[in-house]
Amino acid sequence: MDDDQGVTAARRRPAVVGAASAFLHRHPRVRLAGLLSAPMLWLAVAYLGSLAVMLVTSLWSVDSFTTQLVRQPTLDNFRTLLTEPVYRTVALRSLGVAALVTVVDAVIALPMAFYMAKVASPRARRLLVAAVLTPLWASYLVKAYAWRTMLAEGGVLNWALAPVGGSGPGFGVAATAITLAYLWLPYMILPVYAGLDRLPDSLLEASGDLGATAGRTFRSVVLPLVLPAVVAGSIFTFSLSLGDYITVKIVGGSSQLFANVIYDNIGVAGNLPFAAAAALFPVLAILLYLTLVRRTGALDNL
Amino acid sequence: MRVRRSLGVLAALATTGLVLAACGGGSASTPAASGSGGGAGSTRMPDPPAGTKATAVGAGEGQLNLIAWAGYAENGSTDKTIDWVTPFTQASGCQVNVKIGNTSDEMVTLMKTGQYDGVSASGDATLRLIYGGDVAPVNTDLVPNYATISDFLKLRPWNAVNGVAYGIPHGWGANVLLYNKAVVTSPPDSWGVVFDPASPYKGKVTAYDSPIYIADAALYLKATKPDLKITNPYELDDAQFTAAVDLLKQQKGLVGEYWSDYTKAVSAIESGNTVLGTSWQVIANLVQADKKVEIGTVLPKEGATGWSDTWMVASKAAHPNCMYKWMDWITSPKVNAQVAEYFGEAPAQTKACENTSDKGFCDTFHALDKAYADQIAYWTTPTKSCGDGRGTVCKDYAAWTQAWTTIKG
Repeated sequence: MDDDQGVTAARRRPAVVGAASAFLHRHPRVRLAGLLSAPMLWLAVAYLGSLAVMLVTSLWSVDSFTTQLVRQPTLDNFRTLLTEPVYRTVALRSLGVAALVTVVDAVIALPMAFYMAKVASPRARRLLVAAVLTPLWASYLVKAYAWRTMLAEGGVLNWALAPVGGSGPGFGVAATAITLAYLWLPYMILPVYAGLDRLPDSLLEASGDLGATAGRTFRSVVLPLVLPAVVAGSIFTFSLSLGDYITVKIVGGSSQLFANVIYDNIGVAGNLPFAAAAALFPVLAILLYLTLVRRTGALDNL
Repeated sequence: MRVRRSLGVLAALATTGLVLAACGGGSASTPAASGSGGGAGSTRMPDPPAGTKATAVGAGEGQLNLIAWAGYAENGSTDKTIDWVTPFTQASGCQVNVKIGNTSDEMVTLMKTGQYDGVSASGDATLRLIYGGDVAPVNTDLVPNYATISDFLKLRPWNAVNGVAYGIPHGWGANVLLYNKAVVTSPPDSWGVVFDPASPYKGKVTAYDSPIYIADAALYLKATKPDLKITNPYELDDAQFTAAVDLLKQQKGLVGEYWSDYTKAVSAIESGNTVLGTSWQVIANLVQADKKVEIGTVLPKEGATGWSDTWMVASKAAHPNCMYKWMDWITSPKVNAQVAEYFGEAPAQTKACENTSDKGFCDTFHALDKAYADQIAYWTTPTKSCGDGRGTVCKDYAAWTQAWTTIKG
């Protein structure tokens, strides 16, 4: 807002408003605080506050008979989590699936995004961007159940592989990874596409003029410049995979992931303290991942 | 037929440790002969928080908030022809709001909010509700239709504590062994086929995805490993519990998929991903109606686990009169028949059998067959107290839940 206008407006308003306006004008810090207080309050109360509540809850326990909370601090939940081998197995499996999904998405997204950004005509580019975005308009559940049908015994995948003597992976961890990779692919393609779009064509031409092969150009020019974008995409694919518990219920067969442990303790056992303790694992895993990612400068690409 | 032949074996097995039940059920029409004064071996349960029993049903309050299993309180919104809520509203003036509970655990959580007047609770939720102080004792005299409800459902461990009724029985059913006739050519007669490590159906077996399924393994061990001395599959001490959990860990190698959503179970059976495993009658009915695969169901010789649902009144119900009217309505012969046929379970109301549209319905579901009903080990909340002379050495539901995570690995 223009300062002159502000002053004219203040003259017409009652004295109190004018005084307040003048006060804010003289104290930019107060003005800033006023502007930011609502979003900051949201961040502090709704986000950090709930994390803090979760941390406190994880130290409580439940009366197993009445399922009422027992508000006495104990480390039992963490002891169980660390000593029962099953939680370690499930945690490692979840990290493995999240990493696999990220790698698969990156491998598919790089050539796709490269074609979109550097090869396709502007018209084809717009169509391809639309094609990548369209699946995001369909419900998550619809897509997961579609994969369930495709991966089923008499499904499309088995039918297509039968002539060559193969068969699909059936329901299980592999099916879960495939479905998750499909679900989160747009979240990888879009940042990589944006990163490649920013890459000047002249760099590729210069590399070619200096005699580099296509492979060399990719390794020495494209990859280093686009890596932060890939890492930015991986934040989405990794964290979304780590937190997912529905896909594995639909196509995971008899398998489970770490988010299921949390979900089962809320929904089945009504053991919120244990669920809270377990939920700290993905939080810590993502925080660690973000710390590592920060060094690559990928956070500037978001 | 298979059922009848195996009755002899079962008679011995089916003492089921539900000693309270045996006493109550045996004395037929006098439900007053209940647990607390019962025969040898029965122990008194700890007293739940004191609740007040209604003494009279006055005029309806105009509203009723229910938590129900899908299909238990239909108002025509699922299927125009399936509606017994609207006639209730017309008769009683109580506007019914239904919240569907997907699992027993969800129902317990919802009831704790105190916003509901009543719930259709299965046996693995009832004790938690009673001891959590969330539901009140029920004055069965105020529910006229209670008189003609099957006697073998009255004052059982999952709907009464120390001889005090906490609800009105609604209906019951057994978890059956379902098999695909094209793949499993000789009909199985034992749960052994879903536990056998050398099973030819490896990867095509299914199991119910809930901690309560541990009881199915315990029931099988009760028949096959007498040394474990399992009397009741819901009252397992350390050694018995470990044996059941180990059996399930071994079974995991055979299981292609665990199910809890019945529509997902139907699709798995129809696609051939599942050819064998524990199931519900309603699932079998749906698969048979679709005619995509041929299936059979049996009640294996070891007996089976099952559910018995009870309408309970919230201790802080804002509309208790409407709730009492509802409990009488839902157990009235015509309505109880409608619900049972729609859901696929045995009605609790004996007179419902005269009102089913399919005259053979009650025979299919063995609704009046006490012997069949006694073979079923109904879902019950496992507690630390063993319910017999062993004291408090049994595993509670929290331990069952943790073990279930371990089993799935």
